[in-house]
Amino acid sequence: MALPKYTETRYRVWHYFYIGICTFVFFFLIAPLFVIFPLSFNAEEFLVFSDGMKRLDPDAFSLRWYQDMIYGTKNPWGLAAKNSFIIAIFATLGSVILGTVAALGLSSRHMPYKGLIMATLISPMIVPLIISGVAIFFFIAKVGLAATHLGIVIAHIILGTPFVVITVTATLSGFDHSVTRAAASLGSNPVNTFMKITLPLILPGVISGGLFAFVTSFDEVVVVLFLAGLDNTTIPIQMWTGLREQLSPTILAVATCLIVLSVLILVSAELLRRRSERLRGINR
Amino acid sequence: MTSETNKILTTDGIPLEESLKKAERKNKIKAFLLVCPLLLFLIITYVFPIGEMFTRSIDDKMITNMLPNTFKSMESWDGQDMPEEEVFKSFYIDFKTLVEKKEHGKLGQRLNKEKNGFTTILKKLFRQIQRNKIDENGSFKEQITSLHKRFNNVEYWRAIKRTAPPYTMAKYLKGMDLFIDENGSIAQVEEDRRIHRILWLRTLEIAFFVTVFCFLMGYPIAHLLATLPMKYSNLLMICVLLPFWTSLLVRTASWMILLQQQGIVNDFFVMIGLVSDDNRPEMMYNKVGTYVAMTQILLPFMVLPLYSVMKTISPSLMRAGKSLGGTPFVAFWKVYFPLTIPGIGAGCLLVFILAIGYYITPALVGGASGTLISNQIAYHMKTTLDWSFASAMGLMLLTGVLVVYWIYNKLVGVDNIKLG
Repeated sequence: MALPKYTETRYRVWHYFYIGICTFVFFFLIAPLFVIFPLSFNAEEFLVFSDGMKRLDPDAFSLRWYQDMIYGTKNPWGLAAKNSFIIAIFATLGSVILGTVAALGLSSRHMPYKGLIMATLISPMIVPLIISGVAIFFFIAKVGLAATHLGIVIAHIILGTPFVVITVTATLSGFDHSVTRAAASLGSNPVNTFMKITLPLILPGVISGGLFAFVTSFDEVVVVLFLAGLDNTTIPIQMWTGLREQLSPTILAVATCLIVLSVLILVSAELLRRRSERLRGINR
Repeated sequence: MTSETNKILTTDGIPLEESLKKAERKNKIKAFLLVCPLLLFLIITYVFPIGEMFTRSIDDKMITNMLPNTFKSMESWDGQDMPEEEVFKSFYIDFKTLVEKKEHGKLGQRLNKEKNGFTTILKKLFRQIQRNKIDENGSFKEQITSLHKRFNNVEYWRAIKRTAPPYTMAKYLKGMDLFIDENGSIAQVEEDRRIHRILWLRTLEIAFFVTVFCFLMGYPIAHLLATLPMKYSNLLMICVLLPFWTSLLVRTASWMILLQQQGIVNDFFVMIGLVSDDNRPEMMYNKVGTYVAMTQILLPFMVLPLYSVMKTISPSLMRAGKSLGGTPFVAFWKVYFPLTIPGIGAGCLLVFILAIGYYITPALVGGASGTLISNQIAYHMKTTLDWSFASAMGLMLLTGVLVVYWIYNKLVGVDNIKLG
């Protein structure tokens, strides 16, 4: 942002001050993530940059923590990763199906008690996680699903649906309902109309809601800590235990993998958002 | 003209108005049926259990069911002098039933919470019953009071009477470091045992300051993102979105590395000569660590709503303000800032609510001062298994959040919370 030539000195100073603050905040946001990356390749066991690393000595770097993550003895990460993915995938499917259907109803202008129902549907996002955790635990324990995958999937569906409801309702707000009426007048039944007309148009919103649900489930630790048994340990639980006991470089290797995963998710979410905006005719 | 002739009929001969109403009703039902699966699912798995938390938190039926006869005969006792023979008799009957069911220990525990010293005297009574030393034809009052002097103390009988109602507020009072004393009035617990009030205040303090820090740091960058040309702002947006999508535990781990005593932040301070190498400050396991880590973790939740509001503000408004004679500061303060208030409200609400229920990060980087109310709830759920107390504290926290939400609604109006 170049300043016009006539800018007074005090505004000039203020402007550079403002740019300085912004640079600092962006640095503050992003820099911590980049610390993990080099340290996970540390050849030594300490979580500080060794002298060798500062000199960029190739011997100071190694993949031993990645090997430990995959092949280490009594290694919890394999099981945790498998559980995390299974739980997150099923939780995402559940949230997306329930959330999308509900959003279709909610965005209809005939919907009665819209405000109240919307508030109920997104309440798991507003209520602090610990309270949701206690409530969901009571339910899961009562129906006898504690320490099962299904129990955790149900919990994560509860936590994930609000995101799907919000993103899909937002997408539907720009949706031209006359196309579904056109389909109906041409003899299509409602299910067919939804699959062939509505769904392809709102798909970006559905998928980005699904991504939110996936990340919520994949990253969730508070509720899982109540529900999981030894067989249902997930990546966040293992990270939590590891960070509490001893910060080992293996955790950093896992963290690096998670950062790579989040980059992938960010890129797909961003692409979807642009596509959705293009489809809805929002131009900037 | 009568309304009769004026009525428009559809081809089926039904008045149009009625036909429209019917169609409307059908649409209403259709919309509702679509929402139904999720609504039912949430009501069963989520809304009811929150209600169950409430019943659990005030439930005190256990003792009511243990001493049914005693409470019944106590109804006519005014609680002033020692109770009559009838009370002793029914207490004996109740207690004997409990001994047969081997549940007398639980009664002792429960009554001991009400008043110390019950366990001992109930054990004494238990032994007498086991040895069949109590003459069921004699006076129960004489026999029981002669067992231990506490049975002769009216305070203990009053304590039993106090446990009669099937509901109790004790757990809520305990959450505020209060309790019901011998006279039945509310009193404070001893000073060195007032832990919960400290936790509430600490939770509020941390949530408040994290919100303030997030606002102070988030506002400038949201403004920059909203005013920069698209190609630059998209790049910078990654700095906000990447942390947003990254696991909370990963970000906490990176702060643990950065803030440790031999960590990079301390290295930097030593390098620029702010502190000496042998006197590195402790930045983790205290409040500094909690504030720094939580601010970074919650900052995207402030930036995204602010950005989406600022994006809609036309730059010509600021130009108009300036051309009408306002200095840039005045134009900003009088024109731009008021327009961003909905974004500020949404961001602050989001960050505050998230912060108030946080405990993973404070527990990892906050050390002894990192225990917040959520930790306490988790502790009672998992370790002491005092679920009713955990429920009570959870509901107190929820009430707090709802109050914040209500205030927000009054001040700003509930906007759709946008997710970037």
